[in-house]
Amino acid sequence: MAIEARNVSKRFGDFVALDDVSVEVESGSLTALLGPSGSGKSTLLRVIAGLEQPDTGAVFISGKEATVLAPQKRGVGFVFQHYAPFKHMTVWENVAFGLKIRRRPKAEIRARVDQLLDLVQLAGLGKRYPAQLSGGQRQRMALARALAPEPEVLLLDEPFGALDARVRAELREWLRRLHDEVHVTTVFVTHDQEEALELADRIVVMNRGRVEQIAPPRELYDHPENAFVMSFVGPVNRLGDAWVRPHDVELRLEPNGSTQEAQIERIVRLGFETRVELVRDDGERLSAQLSRDEADELELEPGQIVYVRATRQRTFSA
Amino acid sequence: MIGRYLLRFGALGYLGVVLLAPVALIFWRTFEHGWHPFWAAISNPDAVHALKLTLEVTLIAVPLNTVFGILCGLAIVRHRLPAMGLVNALVDLPLALSPVVVGLALILVYGPGGWLHGLPFKVLFSFPAILLATMFVSLPFVVREVVPVLREIGTDQEEAAATLGASSFATFRRITLPAIRWAVAYGVVLTMARSLGEFGAVSVVSGNVVGHTQTLTLYVQDAYANQFNETGAYSASVLLALLAIATLLLMTMFRPKEETRGDRGA
Amino acid sequence: MKGAGGGWAHFWDAASNPEAVAALKLTLWLSAGVVAINALSGTAIAWVLVRDRFAGKGLVNALIDLPFALPTIVASLTLLALYSPRSEIGKHVAYTRIGLLLALLFVTLPFVVRTVQPVLLELDREMEEAAASLGAGRLAIFRRVVFPNLLPAVLSGVALAFARAIGEFGAVVLISGNRPFKTEVASLYIFGRVNTDPAGAAALSVELLVISLAVLLSIGGIRRWATRHDR
Repeated sequence: MAIEARNVSKRFGDFVALDDVSVEVESGSLTALLGPSGSGKSTLLRVIAGLEQPDTGAVFISGKEATVLAPQKRGVGFVFQHYAPFKHMTVWENVAFGLKIRRRPKAEIRARVDQLLDLVQLAGLGKRYPAQLSGGQRQRMALARALAPEPEVLLLDEPFGALDARVRAELREWLRRLHDEVHVTTVFVTHDQEEALELADRIVVMNRGRVEQIAPPRELYDHPENAFVMSFVGPVNRLGDAWVRPHDVELRLEPNGSTQEAQIERIVRLGFETRVELVRDDGERLSAQLSRDEADELELEPGQIVYVRATRQRTFSA
Repeated sequence: MIGRYLLRFGALGYLGVVLLAPVALIFWRTFEHGWHPFWAAISNPDAVHALKLTLEVTLIAVPLNTVFGILCGLAIVRHRLPAMGLVNALVDLPLALSPVVVGLALILVYGPGGWLHGLPFKVLFSFPAILLATMFVSLPFVVREVVPVLREIGTDQEEAAATLGASSFATFRRITLPAIRWAVAYGVVLTMARSLGEFGAVSVVSGNVVGHTQTLTLYVQDAYANQFNETGAYSASVLLALLAIATLLLMTMFRPKEETRGDRGA
Repeated sequence: MKGAGGGWAHFWDAASNPEAVAALKLTLWLSAGVVAINALSGTAIAWVLVRDRFAGKGLVNALIDLPFALPTIVASLTLLALYSPRSEIGKHVAYTRIGLLLALLFVTLPFVVRTVQPVLLELDREMEEAAASLGAGRLAIFRRVVFPNLLPAVLSGVALAFARAIGEFGAVVLISGNRPFKTEVASLYIFGRVNTDPAGAAALSVELLVISLAVLLSIGGIRRWATRHDR
């Protein structure tokens, strides 16, 4: 195990940020801590990095107990949400910082920094100051800076949170490729389930300071252990006691034994997919996701009455 | 449009009458008979001694208050000690307190019957009292400049340095200090201005002995009010005013610029 | 502080000395005048420095700090030079209360300007444009949008000016003439009695100290009140 948090709890005043959390992260993996704001995911990351002290519990890094170790001694790289660039240093100096602190020979520092700037596609921008970079460039600089001392684990706090949608998607893909190249054990925090599903090997879903489920993306999506996970990792409808994903809602023009009646309120065409928003006669709303061909075939119109059925559904004991 | 000009000339006129006219006049009075009287007046041994004393006090008070100011700022912002709210309020006290009251307080503490009376060396009416009074009144300036900047830069960069392996001292030297350096510089300039110009507190505790415990500001007052030596007073004033103008230039250089403030993440 | 060293009765005796009461009263009246004038002139100067454009604005901006940089005794001497009987302008306000007021206005000039200026700089112009688009006239925009945003800065600026004015010594020492019941302010009263009547000096000092503390606390209160929207 590269990282292990064992029964970690942490309070801030009355607020319970972490409540008996245990998480293991395998060497070389890319793990996401996923949860809504206030779920404790960032606190857990900061506890692993040594930036917060847990009230109880223990943290192990590469098999060694690290609970009371100072952040300087943990061998972790940390990328902050707003990147925390050293504003008074150039990009090159930012990346070199961790190596200079370790008093590495000048030639080695030069080679390593140049190699990293190449890796994060900032070669040629080394003389600039952070204020002269775009958001995405600053993010990559922060990443290079964290990687420079060759940390055993890389921790990223909402790494794409402050970027606009397009840069975000690009960087996401790029980070995945980078991870495949560098192979450093990586943990990142996100509140965006799509980001977690797309990037991570394993996802830790957190809510209100507890771990709800730990699983690979596909398993998490297909076999959520409870209603929170089900609703957090993707859109859902309630059909009575059951939870149904919009793409598991089937629409028919004629009733049959297991269908329920609903009226189409709105049809949204998003390129390949078509989303149909419906209101049932008891007032419940639900949405169905169809491919464009399916929707065209049914010739749906707003106001029309249709019959809905769940092709796959899940129920959870309360 | 007319309103705008009215406001502009009203504001500038006020500045002219309240601020500029008196200062301009004293320069004119000093130099109305040329350089020679000015030079003669300020090379008078008493004036030279007063200037030296003022500079000595400033050279000791400014570094001490700078170090104290930085440490105190760090303690207020970075360490949540229970007493720090109180310290934060008390640090401003010298700004709100009459210098005469400061001087009186020193007399009561170090004088006969005071808590610190009977130290092995003389405090009141000698150099230590002048230094203490000057340090007291110029204490808040570095703290007040450093605190908001420390608040604003936040702890992100310091934490980043820690995760990259920097010790607390290395973090302070390489990250925190460079980030607050302009605020410190501005605070130092203000401290310097106040130290050079302090009059009230020093006049109470110094004893005002010509050639011994008379600072330059005391010399100005003594020359004008007691020696009826107008030229001497004006000349020393002009010297102080020139120091003030030099300070002003430094202040303008170091004043926190709007572009460098509030650029979090930009 | 040893002002109450001889017990309350002793303190009260010293503090209610008619000359001390007169000095304190005069000090408070003058400081109130300083507050009123600075609130207006300081805001106007800050406004001109931020919103107006004219040649030499940078120089004027730098000059604002002159009273902070200039030793108070020099300020006192310069005012005396201008307003004394020998003066070229022929206005003899030296040794009068007007002279005191001018000296105090000189040393307190930067406070309101320097607290209002940054707020005005950061004030979102879109707010004023929004008000204009909603039909507010220029006066209404100032009164309802700009002024409420400046008020906390103006208040903390005048509080600082007030604190400075009640304690000021250097700037008034030469121009006051120090006539008891006429032009003797609190700091001069204290200074005059440091050696001859320490108890009397200490009593008035304690009063000034209490007022200073109250001002400091009120500045803290203003700051908290001013940031109430941000929390």
